[in-house]
Amino acid sequence: MKKFNISLNKIIILLFLTIKPLHSAEMTDPIKVDWSFKGLTGTFDRASLQRGFQVYKEVCSSCHSMQYLSYRNLGESGGPEFTEAEVKAIAASFEVTDGPDSQGEMFTRPGRPSDMFVSPHPNKEAAAAANGGAYPPDMSVLVKARKGGANYIYSVLVGYEDPPPGVTLDQGVYYNKYMIGNKIKMPNNLEDGLIEYADGTVSTVDQMAKDVTTFLAWAAEPELEERHRTGVKVIIYLVLLTTLVYLSMKKIWSRVDTEV
Amino acid sequence: MSDQEYIPKSKAAKWFNDRLPLLTLGAHLTDYPTPKNLNYWWTFGGILTFCLITQIVTGIVLAMHYVAHADLAFGSVEHIMRNVNYGWLIRYIHSNGASMFFLAVYIHIFRSLFYGSYKSPREIIWILGLMIYLLMMAAAFLGYVLPWGQMSFWGATVITNLFSAIPLVGESITTWLWGAYSVDNPTLNRFFSLHYLFPFLILGLVVLHIWALHIPGNNNPVGIDIKKPSKDTVPFHPYITIKDAFALLVFMIIFAGFVFFTPNVLGHSDNYIPANPLVTPAHIVPEWYLLPFYAILRSVPDKLGGVILMFSAIFILFVLPWLDTSKVRSAVFRPLYRQFFWILVIDVLMLGYVGAMPAEGVYLVLARVGTIYYFLHFIVILPVVGLLEKTDPIPMSISEPVMTGGAEPSLARKLNEKV
Repeated sequence: MKKFNISLNKIIILLFLTIKPLHSAEMTDPIKVDWSFKGLTGTFDRASLQRGFQVYKEVCSSCHSMQYLSYRNLGESGGPEFTEAEVKAIAASFEVTDGPDSQGEMFTRPGRPSDMFVSPHPNKEAAAAANGGAYPPDMSVLVKARKGGANYIYSVLVGYEDPPPGVTLDQGVYYNKYMIGNKIKMPNNLEDGLIEYADGTVSTVDQMAKDVTTFLAWAAEPELEERHRTGVKVIIYLVLLTTLVYLSMKKIWSRVDTEV
Repeated sequence: MSDQEYIPKSKAAKWFNDRLPLLTLGAHLTDYPTPKNLNYWWTFGGILTFCLITQIVTGIVLAMHYVAHADLAFGSVEHIMRNVNYGWLIRYIHSNGASMFFLAVYIHIFRSLFYGSYKSPREIIWILGLMIYLLMMAAAFLGYVLPWGQMSFWGATVITNLFSAIPLVGESITTWLWGAYSVDNPTLNRFFSLHYLFPFLILGLVVLHIWALHIPGNNNPVGIDIKKPSKDTVPFHPYITIKDAFALLVFMIIFAGFVFFTPNVLGHSDNYIPANPLVTPAHIVPEWYLLPFYAILRSVPDKLGGVILMFSAIFILFVLPWLDTSKVRSAVFRPLYRQFFWILVIDVLMLGYVGAMPAEGVYLVLARVGTIYYFLHFIVILPVVGLLEKTDPIPMSISEPVMTGGAEPSLARKLNEKV
């Protein structure tokens, strides 16, 4: 029986080893970044989120949609936490199609915080047609939709290189050492000094890639900070309760001659 | 059962109990004589009940916000994650809850295999348990389809296509299952409907499972029949309830660790890509708890053969009580069977591992070896070992092994009288 008991750990460890992820041969492992949102108590870097939104707005959003986000999310706690006035101003800078009005006509109006992020194209097909046949994926949950998550997204953004000798690329295809198959249809859109950050930070490629990845990580998991906070409380509560129940159990079982 | 007749104290309670003996049932569940030597492997029944209730409660709330439509399902899940109050928590409990449910059920099943709980007179409990397990797999598969991500869609396509392997009527059956000519909106709709139904069927079977358990009573680590109630038993409450509660809390700590700190590690990242019938993922893999069967399925080059083998791997368990020829239940006293038990555990884990790998090269070889061994264990090893094995001496009562180590017989009697 002892033997069987000791093996519990072994079984659980082995069970989870079976979920070892798949490996693809033609791809370099993503760069490991020490993100502030990693770990049990990780939180987002507020300034980085705000800069990241700026990168998204000025660079990414001309091709990529983020259809599951609302402008109001930008002001919510745990996110970039723009002020209410800033959120209103950001929303108002977009033209939103609304309607139909009482005449049955669609019309445009300035955006409101309650509006969803305006997509650059009316539909997937239009987005693909405008981008050489490759649909730029919606970025709402992109970080969760890629193996390697934030590290992978960041790596791809900084992973553009000249193709090694012997590799020929078609028109509109670029070489990226972190991309699966090393071929990507998105051109390298980042270059040093591309953006004038509102907070005066120098916009190196690395800085912009980190900021926009942080922003995308938040977009994919806007609940992350609350989840971490609640998790710590829940675990502490459970550990205390478990201890009390354990002591009660010992007391109750002391009435019989069997160990528990 | 050996319960004494329960007589309610108040007149009103007696009036009610004479018409519907719920109080008698409550008294039976409270007093239910349970072997006092049950170890922590026996706490997983309670843990599984908790898992089922958790899945049902969170599932009902999710269904209030989820939209079962091919164009809207993915977005409705994101709506739950972003806009529903604590929607992220409810969904992560539900999705990780499925994994925790299977973790617990596998421990529960292997506990039964180790201690021979499936043997006479508990065959019906075992068979009901397998039916629960089958429904669990079906419910989990149906549920995984609902978010309508890439893995949902392609997982559904692969699994439903298995039925097309049936000769003559296979194609028609598949079309009938789909409600269309491919996995499409009607498929999603019926999967949602069935996903909502199955947990309640499971709940019904759980009631029967526990009912059947309460006829012979629990098996125990020593595997011998015991007199009930006696010095070998304790009343279910408070002894077993408090022990189950302690084990459940430890389980919940692990559960919470997944939910709050790494909620997506057991899922596949591709399922956050909306379903696209035109793009096939590089590797279609089921959730981890189905991987051993996936490995068996893919170990056969012939589709029909693979399907038959995969279903046989499950259905062979239904006749297990009659394949095992040993009269001794617990592997504690079966030195030879004990070895084979652990080899089987390793075999199933290995099958799970290769199930996650591409079906080629060394993985395919391992899958085949693992599959052959799996069937060999049940068809050949179990019956033969039962006949050849020289089992260790079995104690007369639970109290006896506690006392081995040279205790005075009089002291043993004294300790037992304390109970």
